[in-house]
Amino acid sequence: MTTVLHLDRITKRFGALTANDAVTLELKEGEILALLGENGAGKTTLMNILFGHYAADEGRVEVFGRELPPGRPRAAIEAGVGMVHQHFTLAGNLSVLDNVMLGSEPLLRLRSRRDEGRARLMALSEQFGLPVEPDARVARLSVGERQRVEILKALYRDARILILDEPTAVLARPEAQRLFEILRGMTGQGLSIIFISHKLNEVMAASDRVAVLRGGRKVAERKTPETSPEDLAELMVGRRVTRPRRQAHAVGAPRLVAEAVTVQLDGKTALENVSFTVHAGEILGIVGVSGNGQAALGALLSGIAAPEGGRLTLEGREIGGLGPRAFIAEGIGRVPEDRHAEGVVGELPVWENSVLERLAAPEFSTRGFVRRAAARAHAAGLIERFDVRGATPETRIRLLSGGNMQKLILGRVLSAGPKVILANQPTRGLDEGAIAAVHAELLAARSEGAAIILISEELEEAVGLSDRLQAIVGGRLSTPVSAEEADPRRLGLMMAGVWEEPEDAA
Amino acid sequence: MRLERRASVPWALAATAPLAAIAAALALAAGLILAAGVNPFAAYAEMVKGALGSRLAVTEMLTRAVPLMLTGLAAAVAFRARLWNIGGEGQFYLGALAVAWVGHDLISGLPPALGIAVLMVVGMAAGALLLAGPAFLRLRFGVDEVVTTLLLNFIVILFVGLMIEGPLRDPLAFGWPQSVPVDDAFRLPDLVPRTRLHIGLLIALAVAGVVWLILARTVFGTEARAAGFNARAAEFAGVSLPRTIMGVALLSGGLAGLAGGIEVMGVTGGVTTTMSPGFGYAGIVVAMLAALHPAGVVAAAVFVATVFVGADAMSRATGVPSFIADVIVALALLTMLVALLFTSYRVRR
Repeated sequence: MTTVLHLDRITKRFGALTANDAVTLELKEGEILALLGENGAGKTTLMNILFGHYAADEGRVEVFGRELPPGRPRAAIEAGVGMVHQHFTLAGNLSVLDNVMLGSEPLLRLRSRRDEGRARLMALSEQFGLPVEPDARVARLSVGERQRVEILKALYRDARILILDEPTAVLARPEAQRLFEILRGMTGQGLSIIFISHKLNEVMAASDRVAVLRGGRKVAERKTPETSPEDLAELMVGRRVTRPRRQAHAVGAPRLVAEAVTVQLDGKTALENVSFTVHAGEILGIVGVSGNGQAALGALLSGIAAPEGGRLTLEGREIGGLGPRAFIAEGIGRVPEDRHAEGVVGELPVWENSVLERLAAPEFSTRGFVRRAAARAHAAGLIERFDVRGATPETRIRLLSGGNMQKLILGRVLSAGPKVILANQPTRGLDEGAIAAVHAELLAARSEGAAIILISEELEEAVGLSDRLQAIVGGRLSTPVSAEEADPRRLGLMMAGVWEEPEDAA
Repeated sequence: MRLERRASVPWALAATAPLAAIAAALALAAGLILAAGVNPFAAYAEMVKGALGSRLAVTEMLTRAVPLMLTGLAAAVAFRARLWNIGGEGQFYLGALAVAWVGHDLISGLPPALGIAVLMVVGMAAGALLLAGPAFLRLRFGVDEVVTTLLLNFIVILFVGLMIEGPLRDPLAFGWPQSVPVDDAFRLPDLVPRTRLHIGLLIALAVAGVVWLILARTVFGTEARAAGFNARAAEFAGVSLPRTIMGVALLSGGLAGLAGGIEVMGVTGGVTTTMSPGFGYAGIVVAMLAALHPAGVVAAAVFVATVFVGADAMSRATGVPSFIADVIVALALLTMLVALLFTSYRVRR
């Protein structure tokens, strides 16, 4: 097989940080190469150099045997490299066709050749099995559809080498599987693909070869069939990481009970007739494909959304719709789904973020004035106890990596000694080391008697941590099953909406 | 070439950014002065002399800086919470009118100190109420406050015109459209004898201190900042957005209203529709030059006042139209916005 891409000893420094240290990489024609590494290992930097977003300090990039001039994305495009960014670069107010054609035509041409463009787009869509509606406005498309547009945009520019940065970060599992089938079809037609990931199972399932980056260096390269997830995890993290395991223990009295709760979100019924019970010392896992009502359940249990019908009670008292402040005061700790949008105020320092939820508590304020020394000491304690790396109380929190930010949010919740914990996608986007740490903390809170609701799209995580599981489908919750009864087949059926209602259910 | 967000903004850079912005604005305005046929260096020398060259000049400049400090604080408070209060001018006038009305004869007989305190509260209340409306509309219906506050300025100025031609007209003003004056007992005492500089300067400085304390040290200030940076996260953390935004609106409107009230009590006595050379709008520039920091507001207000007062002197000495002051202040806003870009981002190739 011919080599289509050759990265030769690429080095890139940002100030004191060496993001890429003499990384050499080859891509063969018709191959899917996975670039695996933890957050901050230098994967995205390397691909940005290849695509010309950054100029390397040292090293060369060769595409189809010809050296690319550094720092020029247009040269990379012309050489046949297409990139699909993690955060899409589409104009939401334009149509799919507009987005695909944008920038592909000479600036001075008076009239856009839209018919030609449309025919070409439809042909590509057909050829690679990427259905799109050319006249739909991009803002109205789902994330999966937008990703298809991004891929078509690259193909429209004659990309022969496709780079996908964390393509599955935003996709639900079936969509991700579909994406990899499409990618496999593309390599059959002679395209070559690099995808960036930190998820072991998809790397194992979808790639031909794996290159592992750690701390800016390429630490290993393996043929996928000749390696194992354990092997890769160790290479990626640099040590053996094992997720902690749940130990059986007796659960306590019911803490948080929902009875036939209905929630509306943006004028639509997002949760319908939902019932569950979480006991002290228990983890209740809510599994399901994303977009089935998890957001509404999260909003309900954070105090943001009020129930339209039914009852939500904490130790027998009605609490539905009391609002976030009352929820916090009642001892409900919340780990939000989206760290950046809901969990923290990025521009504020770590110490202000650590006490923002409890500013009014006498610990942290007197007569309306913030007790800054106490708040800083609290933040320093969280950093120490929850092993938040790269942070001081004064650090602006947006500078923390995803995993460290999550540890701080979790610490903020756990340090308040909560009766109930809502953990909504607590490990999304985290690397193996951070996932293990988050799991250990949740299990520790469980042994201390907290009632925990874990909303997760990662089946492995939900099954590993939960005492009981319920599936969320179309805004409804299945009847619970115990972890022991939850074999993959049964869970799969539940997530597809098939379960037995108990006799006494109304 | 691309812009990269800085991990942290060095202290020295943040401090020099306004100075660089001002220098750039002056350099750009020098082109216009040159076009007017005058040596810019001579013109700027006249400007500095006119604003800082004598005891009288300095007191005039500081007199002008007092309302700018207060309107600057009003804008800074609001902008920090991402409440875009462009209505400082209207709040200034309504505060001024309320103080003239109440201070003319409604509270006669109160001891002067108490009367002045009452009138300050009246001015603040008028400004606060004026901003409460747009804030309510935004919270309840999502109406853009930039539009409502900006348009209210014109309504308020026309309303002031109506009142000073009608019910609040000063009968002793020989037909000049001017409102009844504040009772002499409630005029602010002079700070420097035989000048116009009044104790409003001390009041404005104290208010700046209090505003700083509120923003930096209180629960309310912290919540307002959090709501400004990330409203969703603040709400998730239990901050009540309606209460916070409304609190910010009352504080911001109150400060701009206080500016008008103090100007009436300290300088003009009565209200005219020309008493403000755009104090409310200039307050926005002051706040931006100060990077929304209360201490910076004091310094920036002194700079803008220097330009305003100095430009008059420059105009008399060199014949360059005094409109150059507005040009310099407007340019300073633009250069400051560019400077802020360079303090938060770094240029990379």
